[in-house]
Amino acid sequence: MNLGDFAAPLAGGALIGLASLLLYAALGRIAGVSGIAFGVLPSHGGERHWRLLFLGGLVAGGWLATLAFGPLPPAAQFTGGAAALALGAGVLVGFGTRMGNGCTSGHGVCGLGRRSPRSLASVIVFMALGMATATLLRPLLT
Amino acid sequence: MNRELLLAAVAGMLFGAGLLVSGMADPARVLGFLTLGPGWDPSLAFVMAGALAITVPGFALAQRRGQPLFAKTFPAAPSSGIDRRLLIGAAIFGIGWGLQGYCPGPAVVAAGLGQWPALLFLPAMLLGAWLADSV
Repeated sequence: MNLGDFAAPLAGGALIGLASLLLYAALGRIAGVSGIAFGVLPSHGGERHWRLLFLGGLVAGGWLATLAFGPLPPAAQFTGGAAALALGAGVLVGFGTRMGNGCTSGHGVCGLGRRSPRSLASVIVFMALGMATATLLRPLLT
Repeated sequence: MNRELLLAAVAGMLFGAGLLVSGMADPARVLGFLTLGPGWDPSLAFVMAGALAITVPGFALAQRRGQPLFAKTFPAAPSSGIDRRLLIGAAIFGIGWGLQGYCPGPAVVAAGLGQWPALLFLPAMLLGAWLADSV
C-alpha cells in the first residue's frame, strides 16, 4: 500500500465528516442516510423537503465528483444471479438498518462522532457480519 | 429557498462527493475491504478515520454551544440502550452489506449515476424497511 491508496479515502472521509458536522451543528440533524431515505417514504409524512434535498445533493455531489476525478468503474456484468444478489442484499440492508435504526453514516460517522455506546455496538456488529459475509458466504453465492 | 433546505442540499453534495472520492461508491472496493485474506485492501478504513477526525471534535464543539445554529435543540440520544433490535438489525444490515458492497449512502449515489446493481438495490432497500416496520 502506498500513500495514494489511502489519501483519497482519507480526503473523502473528511468530506463526509464535514457534511455530517454541517448538518448537525447548523440544523441539529443526524446525517444518517438510511433514516433520511426512509423518512421520504409516504408513510412517514412531514419534514420531507430537507431530506429530499439532501438525497438530491448526494447524487449531484457524486456526479460533480465524477466530472473532477473520473467516472465510477463500470458495474459488474448483468446476470440473473447478480441481479438476485443485489435485490436480496437491498432487502437485508433496508430491513436491518430500519430495525437497528441506522447504518454506516448514522451509527458510524455521526453516532461514533457523539460517542454513543449504542452506535459503537452497532458498528462492531455490522462490521463483523459484513466481513464474515463477504469473506465466507459471498464466495459461495457468486 | 430557505436556509434549512439550502444547507441540507449543500451537506448532501459534500457527502456525495466524499462517498465518490473515498471509493465507497464502488462496491468492488468495499468488498475488497470486507473480504479478509490475501489481497485484503485496508484502505477504506481511512474513510471512517477521516470522517471521525472531523465529527468527534466537531460534534463536541457544537454541543458545547448548547444548541444548533439554526435549530432549537440537538437530537436526544435514544433511551433504549443496547437492545435486541439494535443488535439484530445491525447483524442483518452487515450481512446485506457484505453480500453486495452497498450501504445506503453509496447505493443512493450509485443509483443516481445509473449503475444497474444500485438501481435494483435501492427499491429493494425501501421494501426491506417497509417489511421491518411490518413485523
